[in-house]
Amino acid sequence: MPLERFTEGDVVRVREDYPIGHFRTPVYIRGKTGVVTRRFGAFGNPETLAFNLPGEKKHVYEVRFRQSDIWPDYKGSARDSVHIDLQDNWLEQP
Amino acid sequence: MSQHHHDHDHHHDHEHAHDHAHGHEHSPTQPDDKVHSYYQILGVALKELLIEKGVVTADEVRAAIEARDMITPAHGAKVVARAWVDPAFRERLMSNANVAVAELGFPMNTTELVALENTDDVHNVVVCTLCSCYPRELLGLPPSWYKSRDYRARIVREPREVLAEFGTSVSDSMELRVHDSTADLRYLVVPQRPTGAESLSEDELAALVTRDAMIGVATVRV
Repeated sequence: MPLERFTEGDVVRVREDYPIGHFRTPVYIRGKTGVVTRRFGAFGNPETLAFNLPGEKKHVYEVRFRQSDIWPDYKGSARDSVHIDLQDNWLEQP
Repeated sequence: MSQHHHDHDHHHDHEHAHDHAHGHEHSPTQPDDKVHSYYQILGVALKELLIEKGVVTADEVRAAIEARDMITPAHGAKVVARAWVDPAFRERLMSNANVAVAELGFPMNTTELVALENTDDVHNVVVCTLCSCYPRELLGLPPSWYKSRDYRARIVREPREVLAEFGTSVSDSMELRVHDSTADLRYLVVPQRPTGAESLSEDELAALVTRDAMIGVATVRV
């Protein structure tokens, strides 16, 4: 089992990377910074499972992003947020 | 499809019952009236090949479609109503949703369910911006709009405008929380129990809970 690198409250940045293949990290969130709000445990990596290859276990976290950090011109409440489940290999310390 | 030469090419031209003396199984579905898109044709071709090669039978495909179509948002509504009337169940639903929904006879297949509780302070809404991740075990097949590029792009970009189009107004003092489901998690919104429903039974409450309320684009009203 891989190390669970992050815990609730940790500030994380989503890797800004645009590889070709099958990825479950939405493009709009790459390069953005958020806070880990929940740990879900480890799941088989869908990036390789999609090609019928073994899915190495990756930890998955819920990360909370402020809307105003994603879209500078966001018009809703300053409290509004997007929560996304993201894999460990897409997260880094800012 | 050009390599798809075999003895039942006529199958695509007329679908009436006729003599299948050549001994293969019937197609498990009948085609829709409209001309198929490229991907629909690809799907049909794949299905036919899997049946021809004996990987699955036509009857298994049909049975799987029927089983899926038996699931309606009424399943999710039962979960919500139970959470409203049974605090211990609500607690289990919030801490380990897979265990809680399995208790009611709706086990999740391979994904992990997360219940999202709407409160006076937080309104939750669910999307899958990448494709169509959806708690199908509880809500059945997603509506077309849930899979549309429009909804998927806009609900993370201007969620309050999108909710207003659904007739749902979220106060500016509240946090609007969009959950983007990407792979292994599925989300079920537990809407707020409406006021004026205090005397209703669990079944009567369940009848009020709609699909859209469990996606989070609507609220539950008496």
